[in-house]
Amino acid sequence: MTNATSPDTYKRLLEVKGLQTYFKTDAGIVKAVDGISFTLNKGETLGIVGESGSGKSVTNLSIMRLIPSPPGKIVGGEVLFEGKDILKLSEGELRHLRGNDISMIFQDPMTSLNPFLRISTQMIETIRLHQSMSRREALAKSIEMLKLVGIPAAEERIHSYPHQFSGGMRQRVMIGMALSCEAKILIADEPTTALDVTIQAQILELIQELSKKLDTAVILITHDLGVVAGMCDTVCVMYAGKIVEKAKTDDLYANPSHPYTYGLIQSVPRLDKAHDGKLFSIEGQPPNVIDLPPCCPFHPRCHKAMDICRTQYPPTKDLGNGHEVSCWLFIDEKEHSHE
Amino acid sequence: MTKYIIRRLLGIIPTLLVIITISFFIVRVAPGGPFDGERALPEVVKRNIEAKYHMDDPLLIQYGRYMFDVLRGDLGPSFRYKDHDVNFYIFQSLPNSMILGVIAISLSIIFGITSGMLAAVKQNTWVDYLSMALAVVGISVPLFVIGPVLQYVFAMRLGWLPTSGWFTAGDGWKTIILPAVTLAFADFATIARLTRSSMLETLRSDYIRTAKAKGMKPSAIIFKHSMKGAMLPIVSYLGPAFAGIITGSVVVEQVFRIPGLGKFFVQSSFNRDYTLIVGVVIVYSVILVIMNFIVDIVYSLLDPRITYK
Repeated sequence: MTNATSPDTYKRLLEVKGLQTYFKTDAGIVKAVDGISFTLNKGETLGIVGESGSGKSVTNLSIMRLIPSPPGKIVGGEVLFEGKDILKLSEGELRHLRGNDISMIFQDPMTSLNPFLRISTQMIETIRLHQSMSRREALAKSIEMLKLVGIPAAEERIHSYPHQFSGGMRQRVMIGMALSCEAKILIADEPTTALDVTIQAQILELIQELSKKLDTAVILITHDLGVVAGMCDTVCVMYAGKIVEKAKTDDLYANPSHPYTYGLIQSVPRLDKAHDGKLFSIEGQPPNVIDLPPCCPFHPRCHKAMDICRTQYPPTKDLGNGHEVSCWLFIDEKEHSHE
Repeated sequence: MTKYIIRRLLGIIPTLLVIITISFFIVRVAPGGPFDGERALPEVVKRNIEAKYHMDDPLLIQYGRYMFDVLRGDLGPSFRYKDHDVNFYIFQSLPNSMILGVIAISLSIIFGITSGMLAAVKQNTWVDYLSMALAVVGISVPLFVIGPVLQYVFAMRLGWLPTSGWFTAGDGWKTIILPAVTLAFADFATIARLTRSSMLETLRSDYIRTAKAKGMKPSAIIFKHSMKGAMLPIVSYLGPAFAGIITGSVVVEQVFRIPGLGKFFVQSSFNRDYTLIVGVVIVYSVILVIMNFIVDIVYSLLDPRITYK
């Protein structure tokens, strides 16, 4: 249906197809990311949700090819950025892409900035790496970015060291640095997890506001469904290295189809619904992803598990309007036998 | 910062006084004395000698007198060597040990850091295995083996270098090479291993991941982003190591016939040469305390998070 000339391809900034990233450990092969696919359109904000260890961060480090190797290795799939496969780029082309086309901010702003170098040094080097600017121009640009992310007295503070900033301020610096080369995609890997609750909202608003202003597409990794609801256009729910459900945000909240998604949404505390003081939680633990059998990895925790769930991984079913789910509940007997 | 430096320098004085006091008394606790020989001296002779060195005074008086002399910069007469006083022996031999030590530690820093960095950057390749194998040799093979082996190969077999001697004794500058290389081995090994592990840790840190995500070149990541952080453990190791190496090595001085300070550490103890023992202890302590002070200053220069007030 889609070919190279259709208008659709212009919109598609990033296409991940069947990405597989495995880690070799002494205990066996960890399939941290196992065949996931999604598309990110221009200007869109995509949320990736899941518990710790579900493969969210590995997915995004794989996109940037930042997986520590060994032990990690991308063993399959494609990551197409504007039609070019990132996984096939040379080291030099890759460096050109990093920080320039796709930039990243990380979970812990306390450790993500180099404590030995001034903020100005770190920002200027980023800008000069990708744009031909003099030091002075790059400094001016850096100050402008710091002002944009809301650092007061940016002209003086830019010469400080990271430890002279608070956690929230450091994350602002990270965002300013990440967007200083006008990247087309910003990957935010749990950008607020390490911050105070009061600061979290500010940082998220900042990301939202700047991505609109600079027309940057955002991939937001989080385990907080509340964050997703407020910010994302589309959501991917990950479990044990696979995407179990993918939908437009409104659609996902209105019709959570996968029992896991349903459980996740139920476990978010809500002000508008009375409850008996106890929060809903999904029983059990996420599975160990070492040598996972070919079953649905969620079945031990699933109230609706059937026999087939224990033996086979479900195919992906399109429920319409881009809502996809991988669960046997939605596969008819007929369809299955047909396959 | 200036205030801090002055305070630290003033702090050195009580530290040294305590060290001198402790060593003054501790050497006297050891059995035997400076004038004991194979045969016991006749009582009269012994008393005469003790009177000459004021050893017949009460211990506290001796201590007071010694302290007074030390504060004036006089480390007293040697109880064993009659020709000169302790100052003379120390200041005659210390420069030789210092020259040798500075060259040796420079070699071990240059080669240790280089091979440690290479090992970390090329982890689990032959470069890593080779430099770590060398480091294991340096740590496990004692200097009295490395020294003679080098002498055998480079002096006796190849004839490139003299077996022993020292340039102040007119044997030429080439005499420095073998002892310096021998002495450098142990510290080279430690520095290489420290550098490797510290560099590996730094390369795994979050801020290096950020640098990679920004698209930085590997060379810039190593030299601009990792070096400072990775050097911290090496700097703290170097303080005491430097103090140790420039005050001489008994083994290397023996093997290569070098007139250094190292032999006095051992001989003075065997001889119960009280003043010489305390003298070399003072020299070593002064250098050690100063080195630790320098380490702290260098630390604050490397790491902006450390400030002294």
